[in-house]
Amino acid sequence: MSIDKNTVKKVAGLARLRLSDAEMEKYAGQLNNIMGFIDQLNEVNTDNVEPLPSPVDMDLPLREDKVMDGDCADAVLANAPESVEGFYVVPKVVE
Amino acid sequence: MTELTHLTLAETLEGLEKKEFSAKETTQAHITAVESAKHLNAFITETPDLALQQAQESDDRRAKGDVKPLDGVPLAIKDLFCTKDVKTTAGSNILGNFIPPYESTVSGNLLRDGAVMLGKTSLDEFAMGSSNTTSAFGNVISPWKRTGNSNLDLVPGGSSGGSASAVAARLCLGATGTDTGGSIRQPASFCGITGIKPTYGRCSRWGVIAFSSSLDQAGVFGRTVEDCAIMLKSAAGHDPKDSTSAKKDVPDWPALLNGSVKGMRIGIPKEYRMDGMPEEIEKLWQQGIEWLKASGAEIVDVSLPHTKYALPTYYIIAPAECSSNLARYDGVRYGIREEGENLNDMYEMTRAKGFGAEVKRRIMIGTYALSSGYYDAYYIKAQKIRRLILNDFLSAWEKCDALLTPTAPSAAFAVGENEDDPIKMYLNDIFTVPSSLAGLPGMSIPAGLDKDGLPLGLQVIGKAWDEQTVLNVSRAVEEAAQFTALPQLATRKAA
Repeated sequence: MSIDKNTVKKVAGLARLRLSDAEMEKYAGQLNNIMGFIDQLNEVNTDNVEPLPSPVDMDLPLREDKVMDGDCADAVLANAPESVEGFYVVPKVVE
Repeated sequence: MTELTHLTLAETLEGLEKKEFSAKETTQAHITAVESAKHLNAFITETPDLALQQAQESDDRRAKGDVKPLDGVPLAIKDLFCTKDVKTTAGSNILGNFIPPYESTVSGNLLRDGAVMLGKTSLDEFAMGSSNTTSAFGNVISPWKRTGNSNLDLVPGGSSGGSASAVAARLCLGATGTDTGGSIRQPASFCGITGIKPTYGRCSRWGVIAFSSSLDQAGVFGRTVEDCAIMLKSAAGHDPKDSTSAKKDVPDWPALLNGSVKGMRIGIPKEYRMDGMPEEIEKLWQQGIEWLKASGAEIVDVSLPHTKYALPTYYIIAPAECSSNLARYDGVRYGIREEGENLNDMYEMTRAKGFGAEVKRRIMIGTYALSSGYYDAYYIKAQKIRRLILNDFLSAWEKCDALLTPTAPSAAFAVGENEDDPIKMYLNDIFTVPSSLAGLPGMSIPAGLDKDGLPLGLQVIGKAWDEQTVLNVSRAVEEAAQFTALPQLATRKAA
């Protein structure tokens, strides 16, 4: 399987990364190389093997449904590139 | 008196206790050392004023008899840990001038126990790298030089290269690191110091900027095994704010530390004898085996048959989790923003400008592996092999109590080497990635020098939650190795 420039373009779009033509060429080559290296995983028989999402065997803990923290909008917004009256500001998304 | 920057952390605590010097004096000595070692570029942000204030508070506490476990000890914090009111960058441009409004649990635990923070150390961007050459704030330089008039700048390893370089150069008594696939152990090996990654879940990940959440684990660097045990005891512990943090008591590792390995079974995994591994590393490994045997350990041959699949497994899982975690850098909530014609344009421009090449590459690998049609073939496949890798270790534990391996397949390389081919760079972590995938504790101890006078480390891997055995075996290696070499660029002892 080969990853061409069009695939790179599609993946970059999914990842919300604007890439130049030169970058797309470069990543196409490198991704092919890396995915080729990764393809050796196909040698391993994994029939009836359960995927391991986390190395530590532990149930996800639940906590009581009550407010533990909050009321700190100013601190939360302090690092925002743009905010107004307690809200983040983004470019207009509806016409 | 030995210069304060050349004491171990344990000796410093003793000196403070005996009032041989004050927290302010040792802190000032370290601030001076940091100032004189700017060429190493180990720090992104230095916090001397804060350090002196914390040292003063420490001296005040001590005067009142209210002494904490790390009181007055000057440490450095990897710039992946959020520190309240102190700029935190993750080694990236995308976070801009991010000033966290909160403290990470691990750095908070160290401060709670009286530590003094000298500053934030550099790292590969978002902890992705093995050389500390992907930081947006420039390369970190190792304080070590090859012998024979070589003035080449060497890498400190990565990703926690700033911390490792600073501890080795005697700029701080210890430092935090994070380890996703080897980012504490490999730089510890390159810099001739000790470093431990505890069991996944031992240290809270809360406030540690996420790279690969099922692998990331905080740990510490020190100049001795004992120093690491002392720091790790303060850093670790259950934290309800991290749902993967284990509800387990933290043992008193430093009090229980001893180098006795009599009767212990030490496994030697045959798959770690790699083709093309430098002979010196093979020899050092054999030397380590002899040391432990001489100390009364029983050496057992074990097999970890899926070892060769660990790196390709890692290079699916880590980039997949990275592509998901780094989706949060959108130019809206923190960090830089590049204006665009619309929202999507703004996202794409911001991320294109803010991320460096290695981070972009990993986001691309991860997004590709998770994209429609490939999810089962790559991500689920990798998670299945991850289980086989864990099972390999579980089988090994039926025959032995800990494993001894080399830490890295080479000594430190020069800045710029291994840059042409990403896979070549990834191979640095070949001996550390398998235990990361299995969530196991691992420690690197400096064990010898190569023909160029550069340090080489040995790694001890233990069972989940058995950091004590890892520390004790490491202590035995440390006692046998008697590693006393100093890097050429370390701040000098007073004559």
